[in-house]
Amino acid sequence: METPATTHSITLRVNGAEHALAVDARVSLLDALRERLRLTGTKKGCNQGACGACTVLAGDKRILSCLALAVQFDHVSITTVEGLANGELHPLQAAFVEHDGLQCGYCTPGQICSAIGMLAEHRAGLPSAVSAQVAASVGELTDDEIAERMSGNLCRCGAYVGIRAAIRAVADRVRP
Amino acid sequence: MRPFSYESASDTASAVRLIAARGGSKFLAGGTNLVDLMREEIERPELVIDVRGLPTGGISASADGGLTIGAAATNTAVANDRFVRERYPLIAQAILSGASGQIRNMATVGGNLLQRTRCSYFYDLASRCNKRAPRAGCDALEGFNRYHAILGASEHCIAVHPSDLCVALAALDTTVRAVGPNGERAIPFEELHRLPGDTPQIETALSADELITAVQVARLDCARRSVYRKIRDRSSYAFALVSVAAVLETSDGVVTTARLALGGVAHKPWRASRAEQVLLGAPATSETFGRAAEAELAAAVGRKDNAFKIELAKRAIVDALEELASIGGAR
Repeated sequence: METPATTHSITLRVNGAEHALAVDARVSLLDALRERLRLTGTKKGCNQGACGACTVLAGDKRILSCLALAVQFDHVSITTVEGLANGELHPLQAAFVEHDGLQCGYCTPGQICSAIGMLAEHRAGLPSAVSAQVAASVGELTDDEIAERMSGNLCRCGAYVGIRAAIRAVADRVRP
Repeated sequence: MRPFSYESASDTASAVRLIAARGGSKFLAGGTNLVDLMREEIERPELVIDVRGLPTGGISASADGGLTIGAAATNTAVANDRFVRERYPLIAQAILSGASGQIRNMATVGGNLLQRTRCSYFYDLASRCNKRAPRAGCDALEGFNRYHAILGASEHCIAVHPSDLCVALAALDTTVRAVGPNGERAIPFEELHRLPGDTPQIETALSADELITAVQVARLDCARRSVYRKIRDRSSYAFALVSVAAVLETSDGVVTTARLALGGVAHKPWRASRAEQVLLGAPATSETFGRAAEAELAAAVGRKDNAFKIELAKRAIVDALEELASIGGAR
């Protein structure tokens, strides 16, 4: 039997910079970011898609980098928590500080990337499981809506009240 | 994770050619189930064929007024599709009640149909599992089986199918289109997934070299009045203990159409045909709904930790139907 050819040359576009890498097909996007590019802001929590700590943005879509193979993301634009601040903190980063949206901070990069993706989904009109009618236009982001839409990000410290308040503050600010 | 080769397919013909050429190959799309199973070394493919980039992601109204969903469409795209939300709200609700926002952005419809059970004994390589290792035995039978099947199970396997979307599709008139080395074929949805019997390792009617290309749902105008009700241990981001997908049409207080399917109760999405027979032509009352639920669950078998699901399923059926009867329109 032939030995599996497992190494692939890919280009990862992360936070606006291009990185040429040779990766084994088994390498997750999470491990490529952390171990190869030394972008350790993205955290490895469960490594099985259950906690959300590894959330990054692919384009404007939030995804779990632990369940993504790096080789599948050749030339896809990735944003990690390191790419959010632009001279000053991203509004969500600032809101997490202001509203105590963290204790230990381990889940925070995933929470913030997830919240950015979630707000984009809401702007695109995506309903949620707690929306009263999926056939109708989505309403404003109530606390129930935020909790449901952010349920893929666990916080073992239990900073959910602050996390929700931080996201609510930004959502209220950008509302038309 | 075991080493594997990786190829990205650009069209369905080359995807099928690649998989036919090499045994032990697997199609990969969103990866939300397969990558996890490969990491646990439950799945050990030698070649992974990436079908995420295939041009099968479209969602459209069919010529007959039904719905066609391409296999590569993401769960999020389907849940946010205007036609789906208006005509088949139970499909959007089912998707939105499953997994998390991140996972729904990655996961595809084809992968959702073919995802594997989350039975903890299937996942634990130190446990006996007939699905993972045929004829090894089943540690779920006498183990912690709160999440396991109450309908259609066997002494070889009591695992349940984990999908929410599939429960909604089972309640509708759904066809799965697949392509393989011998061409394309259509599979009625109820024939796609199998009951475990004595071969729980064989989960679907697809052969290993067939690729799902689309899901077609027949026109059903009354599906505007439909609901997906999911009951679980955690109010979000958890698999179902019991779920109900229901469509109800009434005229002068009498049921004229009833479509009902259950999730979390069996090795496949469970079309509740016995309940539908009771409902059809009967008055749309709580008494009728209760009789329908009793009829469907009459054959249910509870085990050490999951016997409560029999009563829970009955109540969930009644609750979903009462809601549909009371709102009189699409939710």
